[in-house]
Amino acid sequence: MKHSQTLAATAALAAIAFILPEIAMASGEEVVSILEGAPKPSRGDYPVIAGISARTIAWSLAQMHLFLAAFVLAVPLFAISTEMMGVITKDDRYDTMSREFMKITMAAYSLTALVGGGLLLALLVFYPHLMGYMIKVFRGQMLIYAALFGLESITLYIYFYSWDALRRGNRKWFHMSIGLVLNTVGLTLMFVANAWTSFMMSPSGVDAAGAITGTVWEATRNPLWNPLNLHRFLANIAYGGAIVGGYAAYMFLAEKRAEAKAHYDWMGYTSNFIAIIGFLPLPFAGYWLMAEIYAYSQQMGITAMGGILAWLFIIQAVLIGTIMLAANYYLWSGLMRTDRGAEYAKYVKYIAVVIVGGFLVWVTPHSLVLTPSELQVLGGTNHKVLGPLGIMPAKNTAVNLMLVMTFLSFQMFYRSSRVATVSWAKQGNMVIIALYVIGIANIVGAGIYGYFTPTVYKVGASVPQVTTTLMIIVASVVIDVLMLRGAKTEKVHWGRMSERSQYALFVLPVAFTWLMGLMGYIRSSLRTNWHIYTIMKDNSSEAYIPTIGEAGNTITAITLGFMAIMVFVFWLSRLGATKQSEPKQEASS
Amino acid sequence: MTFLKTMGFSIVAMFLFAAFSNILPQVQSDAPVEEEIPTDGFDMAGMIAYGERLFTGKGTCTLCHNDLGRAPDLLVMNLSTAFNDRLADPRNEGVSAGGEGASDVEAYLRESLVDPSAYVVEGFGKKGSNDTISPMPAVDAPPIELNEVELNAVIAFLQDGAGWDPTVPLPSAEEAVIEEEPEEVESAEPETDPLVVLDNVYCAGCHDLEGSEADVGPNLDDIGTRMTQGEIIEAILYPNAIIADGYEADYMPEDFGEQMHTVELMVLVDYLINLSN
Ligand code: HEC
Ligand code: HEC
Repeated sequence: MKHSQTLAATAALAAIAFILPEIAMASGEEVVSILEGAPKPSRGDYPVIAGISARTIAWSLAQMHLFLAAFVLAVPLFAISTEMMGVITKDDRYDTMSREFMKITMAAYSLTALVGGGLLLALLVFYPHLMGYMIKVFRGQMLIYAALFGLESITLYIYFYSWDALRRGNRKWFHMSIGLVLNTVGLTLMFVANAWTSFMMSPSGVDAAGAITGTVWEATRNPLWNPLNLHRFLANIAYGGAIVGGYAAYMFLAEKRAEAKAHYDWMGYTSNFIAIIGFLPLPFAGYWLMAEIYAYSQQMGITAMGGILAWLFIIQAVLIGTIMLAANYYLWSGLMRTDRGAEYAKYVKYIAVVIVGGFLVWVTPHSLVLTPSELQVLGGTNHKVLGPLGIMPAKNTAVNLMLVMTFLSFQMFYRSSRVATVSWAKQGNMVIIALYVIGIANIVGAGIYGYFTPTVYKVGASVPQVTTTLMIIVASVVIDVLMLRGAKTEKVHWGRMSERSQYALFVLPVAFTWLMGLMGYIRSSLRTNWHIYTIMKDNSSEAYIPTIGEAGNTITAITLGFMAIMVFVFWLSRLGATKQSEPKQEASS
Repeated sequence: MTFLKTMGFSIVAMFLFAAFSNILPQVQSDAPVEEEIPTDGFDMAGMIAYGERLFTGKGTCTLCHNDLGRAPDLLVMNLSTAFNDRLADPRNEGVSAGGEGASDVEAYLRESLVDPSAYVVEGFGKKGSNDTISPMPAVDAPPIELNEVELNAVIAFLQDGAGWDPTVPLPSAEEAVIEEEPEEVESAEPETDPLVVLDNVYCAGCHDLEGSEADVGPNLDDIGTRMTQGEIIEAILYPNAIIADGYEADYMPEDFGEQMHTVELMVLVDYLINLSN
């Protein structure tokens, strides 16, 4: 048994070692002589099949594939981290939970592949010219992708099924190396797929007509590749955390046994933590992505932020606000779990005010689109009173305050089960309070400064705000860790949670999925009527950017499909754990 | 049971999101459509008006050239001094382009459009490029893709804006088929019946038109006797540029340019001119 596993893992490692240089090598030698450029299909060249909307099909399949893949790639990333936690803390709960994480992943994995295959087929059928061209540009990379996918399957299965066999001692380390291989392959897969998407937005390695001038590596390393990689990496973690949180909430609600409820409560708490850890840096990764889009093409950047798509950022704000509120509500409910929680609960209302206030500032649109008659009444497209709240400095201030408050909610729960015993506890608390007060003042101050400076410097004003937010978080974590070392810990009554809090936890996967669908729509729309921006035009009858409502409906339909799959998976895994009891002896009656 | 409860809950949440996206303003951004616009009939005034239309429409120039400091605000600044300054600037010798600098305004403008980095206005270069690389895309290349006639029209518009007579050639019949700009309109197909267009934009709500007797704006029945084609286009696209005597500014909506296709604008203006004949 052990031999075959060692063999498989070594083979996997060897294959990676073999394949990675292959990708890199593509940069060296290949000089290809495809000089005719990108194809220019005319409207008639797009296959029309029974009046089906090709774009809706491709859109739905791509989005569904992305949801599933994001989840399947993300979970092993933190499963291995929690597995590690288990080894370090010697707390078996972590290990059990990590395995449970993987169990949900396994159920979703085959669907990911299935939908991925469907997507490929749909693209080949409906967009043969585009796909033909992409295959030429990326040459062997697509085959490598397929090979990597196979490898991913193998390692995933080994990682999951060997869990109990390799649970203790040295074998545990071996098991974790398999997990490492799995994650390496998974990330590589995502990076390769990202290269294709980002190439379509910011093509490189080809000339203005689309003729291939560079290597596969040059096409891969296009301007938006890395920003997209980082953004998706973080988003995946947050997303994966949100979904397993949804799983835990589901199980919590379904379970009757106190001990099982306690387990799923703890799992929900940890998942929520993971989701927020992934979520906190996301706005900043978003800034970077946006900045790179501007740098690549100011035109594209302004299309996103100032044009027709600007309204979508209002919806984005609503969704992120929903996520923040739900996550915070969940955290506040968690104060019920400790006996000293009530001491902190009195601060909740202030945090709530800041979060709701920040949320409102965030959704205030900058310019309101009005009908002529409304225009006459208001006298302009900017609201006199609300106008200043709609601009960037106000929004940045709001988002930073919301992040700080979310962190504070965490910190309160963490502290509610610990009583500091160090001599300088009092001073330490003062320092933390000062940190918050000065930090918040600084964030607000920078926001006001940003409001009064010319546009070009407004962006600059957001940098100190972000730095302050991170400072508060890092510094208070450090102080807390030092101060609560050897603290008197009090019992946390896991499972002492309201049902309502579990629904708050369940909002996260729903809102996250919808949000990702929305961002996918925005990202694709940035290309306007181009398959590959500036290189290959979309001449199909569906080359327009749909209205927000139409997009919203499509996204809802896809999200609905995805949530149905997920809840079904949750239901299945409960079913799988249920054993029918042996039939009673006839004689007993 | 939990299955149904959680699923029901998810559905409610999703429908709220969907409902929200449906109450926001709905705009569909269409891809450019090939349309036949007979530009060969244009006089210079028509070219200038057309250039203005391109400037805010297909050219997407106002995306950057506005009052946000991203690029020189061409609609507001004093163009004649600015352009003369550029020509006199020693950097205009074509240093970065490795050739001779533009020698007259038309050449300078054409160079600004098709080779923006040849001369970069001080302080506007890409970050870190020390004003050697312009963030402005070459407008004759994708994604903007202005053709020769359109370039000329934009140049005519800018020359006119500087108070000079445009020096660009008028379009000849062969070049007459031009591409329409991307529009943000509700319907994909442009209307060609002026009455339908009028119904959609409802000018008669404010103007006395064919007996509507509205008096927020001037009478339009005889507009053809008072204004030329170019002036009417201007009055529709930029209502606040010139205010009609005895009427107030800021009442006439400024977004008719976005509400109508160029074709629609053209048939509407033709219709208005013919009304008074
Ligand atoms: C993506 C932003 C962007 C777009 C779109 C854009 N420009 Fe520019 N433009 C700039 C910037 C930045 C400058 C200043 C740097 C330079 O000289 O290139 C500039 C400079 C110019 C100049 C020279 C101005 C001067 O003061 O000498 C002209 C003329 C011009 N643009 C015309 C246009 C026209 C016409 C269009 C539309 C067809 C257009 N631009 C579209 C960004 C843009
Ligand atoms: C909300 C009311 C309103 C609507 C709708 C409206 N206008 Fe106007 N319009 C005005 C006002 C007020 C003026 C006078 C002030 C000015 O010149 O801007 C005016 C001025 C004009 C002028 C200049 C007339 C002159 O004698 O100088 C023209 C031409 C014109 N409008 C055409 C139109 C057309 C064509 C439409 C439909 C596409 C339209 N307007 C829709 C209110 C309106």
